[in-house]
Amino acid sequence: MKLFNLSQQHIIPAEEADPVSLAELKEHPEAAYAVALEPDESAEALRPFLAQITLVVLHFPIFRDGRAFTQARSLREYEDYKGEIRVTGHVLPDQAAFLRRCGVDTVVLPDDDDQTEWEAQLKRFTITYQQSIAS
Amino acid sequence: MKQPVGHYAYESRDREFLQERIAEFEDQVKRRLSGALSEEEFKPLRLMNGIYLQVHAYMLRVAIPYGILDSRQLRKLAHVARRYDRGYGHFTTRQNIQFNWISLEDAPAILRDLAEADMHAIQTSGNCIRNITSDEYAGAARDELMDPRVHAEILRQWSTLHPEFTFLPRKFKIAISGSPEDRVAARFHDIGLLARPSENGPLFRVFVGGGLGRTPVVGQELFDSVPEAELLATLEATLRVYNAYGRRDNLYRARIKILVQTIGIEPFREAVKAELAKMDLSHYRLTPERVAAIRARFAAPELHAVDDADAVLAQHQKEDPAFARWMQSNTHPHFDEGYSIATVSLKTPGDIPGDVTAEQMDGLADIAERFAFSELRVTHLQNIVLGHVRKDQLYALWQGLKELNLAAPNIGLAGDIVSCPGLDYCTLANARSLPLARKLGARFGDARLQEEIGALSINISGCINACGHHHAGHIGILGVDKRGSEFYQILLGGQAGDRASIGAILGPALSEDDAVAAIARMIDHYLAHRNEQESFLEMVTRLGKAPFKEVAYETV
Repeated sequence: MKLFNLSQQHIIPAEEADPVSLAELKEHPEAAYAVALEPDESAEALRPFLAQITLVVLHFPIFRDGRAFTQARSLREYEDYKGEIRVTGHVLPDQAAFLRRCGVDTVVLPDDDDQTEWEAQLKRFTITYQQSIAS
Repeated sequence: MKQPVGHYAYESRDREFLQERIAEFEDQVKRRLSGALSEEEFKPLRLMNGIYLQVHAYMLRVAIPYGILDSRQLRKLAHVARRYDRGYGHFTTRQNIQFNWISLEDAPAILRDLAEADMHAIQTSGNCIRNITSDEYAGAARDELMDPRVHAEILRQWSTLHPEFTFLPRKFKIAISGSPEDRVAARFHDIGLLARPSENGPLFRVFVGGGLGRTPVVGQELFDSVPEAELLATLEATLRVYNAYGRRDNLYRARIKILVQTIGIEPFREAVKAELAKMDLSHYRLTPERVAAIRARFAAPELHAVDDADAVLAQHQKEDPAFARWMQSNTHPHFDEGYSIATVSLKTPGDIPGDVTAEQMDGLADIAERFAFSELRVTHLQNIVLGHVRKDQLYALWQGLKELNLAAPNIGLAGDIVSCPGLDYCTLANARSLPLARKLGARFGDARLQEEIGALSINISGCINACGHHHAGHIGILGVDKRGSEFYQILLGGQAGDRASIGAILGPALSEDDAVAAIARMIDHYLAHRNEQESFLEMVTRLGKAPFKEVAYETV
């Protein structure tokens, strides 16, 4: 697996990240710095731990399931989270700009994935019609 | 270029955006053909560009934002019909137009041609915020409180490729009206907005969770008076709740109406308020400057009424009874005494409701240019409205429509049938709806008979997805499949608007001919037993469905 960097922020290398689940985080908050949220878990649940968290991983069970967009935007907007947001699962390069604009930094891709389509999609739209967390 | 009347004039950035979007779609088609995208992955992407795979071919649904077209755009649609389709298009109940016979390879070229006239097919399908619909008499009707189209354009822009709301649990439809009459069926939309002016700027009454489809629900009031400044924040908050909590495990339980029904309107409202409380409202504020900037890109019609218009019109009506009948059914009061609102019926008896040929489109574009400031409005009842016609020119307008075979005097009457395309075109349908629409149209085609019957809406859907809004018709017809044969269920007593209600099923489904005969008997029963001045719907309300059921099934 490899990472595609949407935001050009400093990121945590793929091999270093070892996210715990929200339940594990609640049980053993000591030392945890990376957490994986399921699509039905709210960003707000992370609030007590965000001071120590530097990586939140969100999951797309299928690319059509857009809950991670709301989770990511909530983390940035409501929780003022500044660390890395990463997405895993089934995502399409066609979603690159949406992900970035909702505050996602990185996408986990299979090793053989062609990143040129992701690069192209990020540059595709010069015009947007809404304000967003990131441009 | 002169600014168009009634809709937003594109600026260069809007045109650049369309080119970027088309380039993206062209690339997606290539990736589909190369196999880089699976059909499962490609499907939502093409749907968000308006392209469906139907029974015989691909179908393209072109957006007509808030239903407004100018003559130049209608001519472009005629060009698309001629060059890429079979010479006609079909206007839908969501104020869009569909082309039923296109090929996927042509789709990018069609989108480029449409973009030349500032048109697109973005978000006319898919699980995203769909084309914003509005009141067909906007900016013209005497009863209107405010023209909703500037805000409809603001919502169009806000919802276009919204980064958070493009992969929702299900489709999301928003309608906006500025009339107390609610001509947009606000209570049958995911969100319905009724705008009104106040001393401190526009206020919006917000309904949520309405809809037809498999589970018809009348929407409930979410907020009574949202100020203009908080309109976008309120919509953002509502969509955030829906995106996070709407069901995704069952396609048929995924609309916002199910969420609102499941948790209840009170908890839903609290959830929206909780979002609003977390938001920095200044960040989402819709400023008067922003509204003014959009408004400045709408041209208003320059009305110059002539003094003797009423006398000229009266003379024309006296001399030509057929014109007088059309005036009676197909015109509506304009706020300016010297003008009228004219509705062009796309329900010529025996023809397919909403279908228009390329020649008719060109003809209508010419007529709009000559008589109505080049502005046309597509209605949710599949007709075309000309918003501002000088009264003394109505006769010439009508003569022009007659030449196009578009002068049926049946607006709001039995012949003004709303129908989905049905099994003739649609992969979802269980039964054909067009043959039934044509038979009913022919059965009640006589103008004098329609006039005698009076106000009556007949709505036909070919399946429970209810694109023909059968629950909202005074008489609704639903096509069902009974062991491989097409049958039709009849519903009675539905209506949209202020007193929105859902029609009740009359009894067992009937064959096509039996359904036509049953409806004819119900109407005969009404004509024979109505109280003076009583409409069909009023009689149904007074007596209930029992007597109608009795006559409907008397020979079955």
